[in-house]
Amino acid sequence: MTPAWAQVAYLVAAACFIVALKGLSSPRTARVGNLVGAAGAALAVVVVLLAGDIDNVGWILGAIGVGMVAGVPVARRVQMTSMPQLVALFNGVGGGAAAIVAAIELTDPGPQLLSGGGPESGGLPLAAAIVTLVIGAVSFSGSLVTFAKLQELMTTRPVLINGGPVIFAALIAATVAVGVAVGLANGTGAGPIWGVLGLVVLSLALGVLFVLPVGGADVPIVISLLNAFTGIAVAAGGYVLDNTLLLVAGTLVGASGTILTRAMAAAMGRSLANILFGAFRGGSTAGSTAESDRPVRSSGPEDVAIVLGYAQKVIIVPGYGLAVAQAQHVVHELAQLLAKRGVDVSYAIHPVAGRMPGHMNVLLAEANVPYEQLLEMESVNGQFPRTDVALVVGANDVVNPAARTTPGSPIYGMPILDVDHAKSVVFLKRSMRPGFAGIENELLYDARTSLVFGDAKDSLTKIVSALKSV
Amino acid sequence: MSGGMALLTIFVLAVFVGFEVVSKVSTTLHTPLMSGANAIHGVILVGAIIVAGHADDTYVLALALVAVVLATVNMVGGFVVTDRMLEMFRRPRARPAPGDAERPA
Repeated sequence: MTPAWAQVAYLVAAACFIVALKGLSSPRTARVGNLVGAAGAALAVVVVLLAGDIDNVGWILGAIGVGMVAGVPVARRVQMTSMPQLVALFNGVGGGAAAIVAAIELTDPGPQLLSGGGPESGGLPLAAAIVTLVIGAVSFSGSLVTFAKLQELMTTRPVLINGGPVIFAALIAATVAVGVAVGLANGTGAGPIWGVLGLVVLSLALGVLFVLPVGGADVPIVISLLNAFTGIAVAAGGYVLDNTLLLVAGTLVGASGTILTRAMAAAMGRSLANILFGAFRGGSTAGSTAESDRPVRSSGPEDVAIVLGYAQKVIIVPGYGLAVAQAQHVVHELAQLLAKRGVDVSYAIHPVAGRMPGHMNVLLAEANVPYEQLLEMESVNGQFPRTDVALVVGANDVVNPAARTTPGSPIYGMPILDVDHAKSVVFLKRSMRPGFAGIENELLYDARTSLVFGDAKDSLTKIVSALKSV
Repeated sequence: MSGGMALLTIFVLAVFVGFEVVSKVSTTLHTPLMSGANAIHGVILVGAIIVAGHADDTYVLALALVAVVLATVNMVGGFVVTDRMLEMFRRPRARPAPGDAERPA
């Protein structure tokens, strides 16, 4: 039984997590909130080590050390560009940990499972352990596939398997059947180790099949959803271990993750079901995905510098290409230079530009771009018709008019930045390769559009130096 | 109140708190919020420690220690990475040229 002082400490830790989430909803309080959350987590670890009647403390501390050595340097050094992958990876290992905890409780039930599993609880802790195992494993394998997609270790296009929906449904049925069997076998005292292993394999396969058909542009939403999944797994694990802190923390993450996922889906103008199962239903192949050899108007940095220097109003549209090229500082320099010449400059931030919602805000904040210049989609779209030049830096899908004009395109219906309403458009692009979603952009061939090929940072640096001599 | 019922009550109340605290978040903070929530579910580390601390069998202990390592990566890495992101949101809004930030005053 957990001593009363430890229960109180868990309550304090749970309160810290609530404060952390609340703080993270506003830029001014976010950093403090995160630190409060970290303090709560540290408190919880110390408390369980002191009060949890724990053996093997040396081994456990060693394992924590290994985890810190593995996790901290990566977290400190990762480029802001690779943030989405890292979050996916961290989420996956958390799900994996929850699944292992549940697997151990199922095959080798500790006192916690037994104490919570009296007849009056109706086998609920047992059911919760099975839920923890399944959801944790789904989150683990799903997150790893997501990581592979974002890291471009595999194709970013939806991967469709013949009979995918049928296999998926069959897997769910098999998982439920084996789960029930494990539950019943455990009740009669039979060693369910093969059943548990079977459940692990089925759940891992389920996670892979769940994420494979999701297209590249929708991957950020899947990270958020899997994040909520891991939260639910942790909450169920708290039920299994009769631990209120795990229950509260997991539930908080599960609930807030669900809200966040819905908010992101809304920002893309799609329903969650459409994102997850749209590719299953097929019909998302419209729009040519091959590079075409139609002519485009290619332009030099000097020309662009002149166009920008004599414009009255310029809107910069950053995308993933800006992140890849680490061009956030030089784009800020360009914006300052233009502002000095009296040009009205602002940034148009699409909610899902980059590989993660809010990705561009993080990057431009890094470059000290003033907050007030970052305009959200709703407020900026009305300004494009009055805009002389829309400078698109490494963005593609979020400015693709196909979202408005081409029913059947995978991004049809997604709210976009209406750069095609500007008087002229300049794209800084690495190549004619289609964007992350793999859809060609008609705007590139428009007569008002000119393109500067090359790394975004190089191109911007050349434009800046050309602008200085205009 | 029996243990099971108390836990169920806590669960339902926590769902409402979870919905409430992030109901009005701006898109600007979606990434740090996701990352911060991600770090919070790293608290499964507590569960992994409980399981490892009660393991009598070598195999079970080994497996439980793997869970401890994974959960630590999730928790510690998650908080560090979130802090790094948020650090950028707190820089002064005056606009020094790139590189000026490091110069001593």
